[in-house]
Amino acid sequence: MSKAITREYTPGFYEGDRPKIVTSRFEYEDSHTIERFEATGGYEGLKAALAMGPEAMAGEVKASTLLGRGGAGFPAGVKWGFTPQGVWPRYLVVNGDESEPGTYKDRLLMERDPHQLIEGCLIASYAAGLSQCFLYVRGEMPLAHERIAKALDDAYAAGYVGKNILGSDFSLDIVLHWGAGAYVVGEETALIESLEGERGMPRLKPPYFPAAVGLYGQPTIVNNVETLANLPFIAANGSAAFTSIGTETSPGTRMVAISGHVKRPGVYEIVNGSTSFRDIIYGDEFCQGIRDGNELKAFVPGGGSAPWFLPDQLDIQFESKQAGAAGSMLGSGAVMVMDDTTDIPEMALTLVRFYAHESCGKCVPCREGGTWLLRILERVCSGHGTDADLDQLLEVGQSICPGEMPHASSERLGLEAVPFPYKMTTICFVGPSAYASIHSPLTLFRDEFEAKVVPAPKRVSIPVAAG
Amino acid sequence: MSTEDTNATETEPVDAVDGDTDDADEAVEAEPEPEPDPNIVPVTLNGREIEARKGELVIAAAERHDTYIPHFCYHPRMKSVGMCRQCLVEVDTGRGMQLQPSCMITVSPEMKIDTESETAKRAQEGMIELLLANHPLDCPVCDKGGECPLQDQAFSHGPGESRYIEEKRHYEKPIPISDLVLLDRERCILCDRCTRFADEVAGDKLIHFTQRGNETQVMTFPDEPFASYFSGNTVQICPVGALTAEPYRFKARPWDLAQEESTCTSCSVGCRVVVQSSRDEILRYQGVDSDPVNHGWMCDKGRFDFEAVNSQQRIADPMVRTEQGLTDTTWSAALGAAAGVIRESLAAGGPDAIGVLGGARGTNEDAFAWAQLADALGITYRDAQFGDGLPASVLGLDRATIDEAASASTIVMLGADIKEELPVLYLRLRDAAVEKRSKLVEFSSVETGLSRYATQSIRHQPGLQSEAVNEASDLLAGDDVVVVVGRGNLAESADETMAALAAVLAANPSAKVLPALRRGNVVGALSVGMAPADDEHDGLATLRAAADGKLDVLILLGADPINDCPDTDLARRAMAGARRVISIDTHPSESTKLADIVLAAAAYGEKAGTTTNLEGRVSTVSDKVTTTGTARPDWMIAAELAIMLDIDGDIADVASVDDVTAAIAAEVPGFDGVTLDALAGERNGVLTSANPKPLPPVVGGAPQRNTYDHRLVVGRKLYDRAIGTAMSHSIAKLAPGAGAHLHPLDVDALGVADGADVRLIGQKATAILPVVSNPSIARGVVWAPFNQAGGTVEDLIDAAASVTDVKIEVV
Amino acid sequence: MSRLTDANLAIARDIIARYPRKKSALIPLLHLTQEQNGYVTDDAMRHLAELLDITPAEVIGTATFYEMFKFEEVGTYVINICQTMSCALLGAGALMHHAEEKLGIKAGSTTADGMFTIEAAECQAACTEAPTMQVNYRHQYRVTTEDFDQMIDDLRSGALSGDIPPHGTLGRNRQNIPADKFVGAPDPDDVTEGPAWIPVKVDNS
Repeated sequence: MSKAITREYTPGFYEGDRPKIVTSRFEYEDSHTIERFEATGGYEGLKAALAMGPEAMAGEVKASTLLGRGGAGFPAGVKWGFTPQGVWPRYLVVNGDESEPGTYKDRLLMERDPHQLIEGCLIASYAAGLSQCFLYVRGEMPLAHERIAKALDDAYAAGYVGKNILGSDFSLDIVLHWGAGAYVVGEETALIESLEGERGMPRLKPPYFPAAVGLYGQPTIVNNVETLANLPFIAANGSAAFTSIGTETSPGTRMVAISGHVKRPGVYEIVNGSTSFRDIIYGDEFCQGIRDGNELKAFVPGGGSAPWFLPDQLDIQFESKQAGAAGSMLGSGAVMVMDDTTDIPEMALTLVRFYAHESCGKCVPCREGGTWLLRILERVCSGHGTDADLDQLLEVGQSICPGEMPHASSERLGLEAVPFPYKMTTICFVGPSAYASIHSPLTLFRDEFEAKVVPAPKRVSIPVAAG
Repeated sequence: MSTEDTNATETEPVDAVDGDTDDADEAVEAEPEPEPDPNIVPVTLNGREIEARKGELVIAAAERHDTYIPHFCYHPRMKSVGMCRQCLVEVDTGRGMQLQPSCMITVSPEMKIDTESETAKRAQEGMIELLLANHPLDCPVCDKGGECPLQDQAFSHGPGESRYIEEKRHYEKPIPISDLVLLDRERCILCDRCTRFADEVAGDKLIHFTQRGNETQVMTFPDEPFASYFSGNTVQICPVGALTAEPYRFKARPWDLAQEESTCTSCSVGCRVVVQSSRDEILRYQGVDSDPVNHGWMCDKGRFDFEAVNSQQRIADPMVRTEQGLTDTTWSAALGAAAGVIRESLAAGGPDAIGVLGGARGTNEDAFAWAQLADALGITYRDAQFGDGLPASVLGLDRATIDEAASASTIVMLGADIKEELPVLYLRLRDAAVEKRSKLVEFSSVETGLSRYATQSIRHQPGLQSEAVNEASDLLAGDDVVVVVGRGNLAESADETMAALAAVLAANPSAKVLPALRRGNVVGALSVGMAPADDEHDGLATLRAAADGKLDVLILLGADPINDCPDTDLARRAMAGARRVISIDTHPSESTKLADIVLAAAAYGEKAGTTTNLEGRVSTVSDKVTTTGTARPDWMIAAELAIMLDIDGDIADVASVDDVTAAIAAEVPGFDGVTLDALAGERNGVLTSANPKPLPPVVGGAPQRNTYDHRLVVGRKLYDRAIGTAMSHSIAKLAPGAGAHLHPLDVDALGVADGADVRLIGQKATAILPVVSNPSIARGVVWAPFNQAGGTVEDLIDAAASVTDVKIEVV
Repeated sequence: MSRLTDANLAIARDIIARYPRKKSALIPLLHLTQEQNGYVTDDAMRHLAELLDITPAEVIGTATFYEMFKFEEVGTYVINICQTMSCALLGAGALMHHAEEKLGIKAGSTTADGMFTIEAAECQAACTEAPTMQVNYRHQYRVTTEDFDQMIDDLRSGALSGDIPPHGTLGRNRQNIPADKFVGAPDPDDVTEGPAWIPVKVDNS
């Protein structure tokens, strides 16, 4: 059933002999063309949706329990239902601003199968009564722009998009929109701000739940690319076919990108709940083990903002609840693997630098605290830090995430896991991510940090004001 | 002085709400088993049950119940953004205590709020530490020091010590972002107050966040300064010393300032303010939040024209004309001379040989005392206007309040560009339009500040306003329609505006009227006795009588007809034709220079009393500083003259300004509620009432414009050569200067370059002005700002003509 | 020459018409002007402000938030070398060091001939192909120092000019919505009814 995949046209993607929902066309070199799409069941989901009517289609999506694939994992059908009755117009905004460190799936879906995404947009809009769709693609993905632009032109010409789609009373414009380089815009309210031509600064929820108060203040559904890419399958095959794959609580498949020190880093569509981290990292059909015969030291299980896991956690299933209980999260489906040659503080620094740099500047704890963490960690990594700096990192973090921070258990350290999530003083996760990406390595590998610092000189504390 | 005082803008609306709750409490007592009030939301605040109001933010409900939650970005008159995170408190809505920004969360029934829990306090301390991380702590040289919310809250809610040892952010120290405001980005804590104000309140999005994350800063676009009429408000609401006002920088320390509440009289909106002084010199005005009026805002002219009060050029002592010209003298000599000329004139020509003009720049008491004096002497030539406003009959209509206008279903704008003339009224009406409470229908010959917010902005040639109204009468229907009527074109007869107003009222007789008369206390002066009895004795008639040599004495109460009367030619002839001119004024003007007797008047800030705003609201003004030289208030001068003229009546008996205020309440119809007690108890002022009288018939309609001509529109800009502005160095330079604004195609047709001089040829004079290409001007219309340096467009205006047509030639 | 050309102005008007509110077109138009001029000039921002009926301060406020917009001239080829974790694990630091040596400039600067700008970049969504870099946002995977040198040589010789357009151009084709198929983008304030295909239901609210 599968064909050999050559990196020339699908860098990083490995298929494997598993059920496929969103990557079924990746085996074809011309998977992005309308000809290939139509020849392989393309737009059949749309036709099925038009045949069953909007309410039935929405019912199918709800019955499928399709969880959002952007990170939060909220059921898409339920999310659609949050739009207030009788308020028009409503919009669909597609979140194609993928930029979480380690994450690499939406770009493939957009570049390799743009029509599948377009079909997903059509089905969602039809079912939820959304009268215009904006497809927000990360700015640094010109190939995705080119392929989606072409696909949209072809789909308009073929009557799949635009006025009176396939002769029905369903009309929808899909507008390709592109970003310009800001990680925070991946947060749905920031995405909406950005789409309004503003600085991509998140809005506070409540009151700005997009489903109620979104684009231009109207009800707006924001869905991730991968989420929407699942809809043609559900529409064409029914929710039962979908729920027969994966587990009851998280049906279907997920795209997972595994990068770092593994033999065969790549993007894989895996069946939810049936795969452990050990399978992913060591399995033959996945990454095939650690490079150069080295030992696994640690891995980030769910994109840069997730607390780190140790070899202790290898047997956890790739499943949200289990990951959460073990002290981290699956986020956007990205695993970054570190072998025993890894300089842990340096790697933590790359992540802290990322989140400090990507702070939008709105919330004080993130704007000031993130950069403060970065300054201290830079000092530590350059050999100018003191042991007091290590405690200081944790204390600064308390202003971003007060209280206990989730982390993994460690037999070596005799540590119990603290489950996800954390408390936060910020609107979105950028600030907490800066802290999470130093808190967890520092907790699990404090010895490596201590090796870089000198004892602090005694400092005399002079209070400047009574509390 | 405490922070609470200077931040009066923030506490005021809370006070107002307080009052309401008291009423509610009383109602509860009166009824034994009350229905639960759906507008009351019971919540628990720090363990005690309180009654919050439906839709109220947690931070506001807490503050109303005396629990202060620290904050920087929250401002009750702007939308919450939840940016500074300082107001984090623990809130339980049934899912356990969670840290939440109290400026973003509205109360819900049974909500539990803890503002002082360990978690909340720790979060608040953490925010202060983070905010101070990059703050320069240059408090000893910072204007805000001593009244700084960051300083105060660092003390009250901070950790007491910083652990931040990294290098702080550095930016170029203060950079001017406009002629009035400087920005120190190092001090800025990025609370979004100034930028939100510029966007939401003023609509002048000229400052904006730029860059991102830790490098975020507030900036203007290169070469596009923050030239907003409202820029001073950003300085007032800045919670740190990032924004400072050029006129106040390094002038005083907050603890050296003494302050009193007052009302701004720079225009007739009547913004509530505090006047702050040090060493008997006014140094600053700050806006106070008056819910029915200004919401805490001020315009920059009102905020900064106190410089005129401190001006070295003030008339400090009385003067009389001798062989050497105007010469300083004693009050007894000057008053004696004034009484002498009045007595002579009465003897020679009777009371009809005397005219009294002005009063709009003074207090109600000033105008009332002079009106009483005029009554006692039988003087009928009197007016607080001289062809620069609208007939006083506009005050006799069913009058709307500002609140009514700002919540009307439709606001009809006739005439004046209120952004230029009544800036804070502009803010209120702009808000009504932007927030979609009101439809805005505008009739104007040129684009105004409100045009871009109007549902429909209808352009008409000067002289055709009533026709335009008649054609658009379907837009005027509705139950609560308010007409805002002012004088948009000084080169067009006020009759045109009055005819248009009559047309609006004919189309919708239920419409209420908000008279947009501009001068500070013009409504007060007209209401307390300075209104003319009829057209034959109004301001223009008085000037005509003087010009015709029929007046022996012309008394000017803070009036400068040569600058203020649109028909300057008439004003000059009047000044020359009157045998004697007595001027009571604060500053030398072209008119005082021609006077025979000049009596030094106390200025705003130097005299107590009351003023009446355009909606008829009477509020107090205070005498924060002592008068310049021996200057005294106009009412006192009237009283002394009354004594010298042996007048037997109340006016000669008053001993204090309070006596005059009491007399107004006793004698002026509609002012009976304006008692000293009422004024003392209500900082928002007391609304006077008027008995509606129908508009006298008026005929508008202008002759056809010759197609070779341009029809002239002369309108006001906020900054011009009027004394208050001209004598305030910080804002005097902001006057745009004279110009003839023409549509670009009309400029092309003339074949001149933008900025070249052109000659405007009218019926009785010509004027040379630089041409300004302006796409917002309709073809065939030429617009020129009134009373600006560098041109004499006023020479073209004939008060007797309905419109002014000019030919334009290349010089 | 930094206002939009007539041809680009026509494109700009087309883009603006796709949004219910004009300001939404700001980022696409900033890309358009950057494509025209290589970077975003003050005059260009003024022009966009006019087109979108906003102030230049609003334009610069949005523009400076996003990293892809440059406000001074950059090289014909902007080379972004990813420095985030997955790439850092596989030699991104060494690649950057090599790039700096090879071109004789530090990250964040431009070669004297105006050909190349190198920048330290954040995650480029190609983590399994580390270390990665983008040349004018075109991905290059598993870049060795030899690959880098070859790339520079090819860019200098023009061998890649067909594949990699000069800085500013993103997609080489644009979406075109045919007028007869365009549904339209009314301002939400002007929309009172639900879409035609949704059955009218009783309003619960």
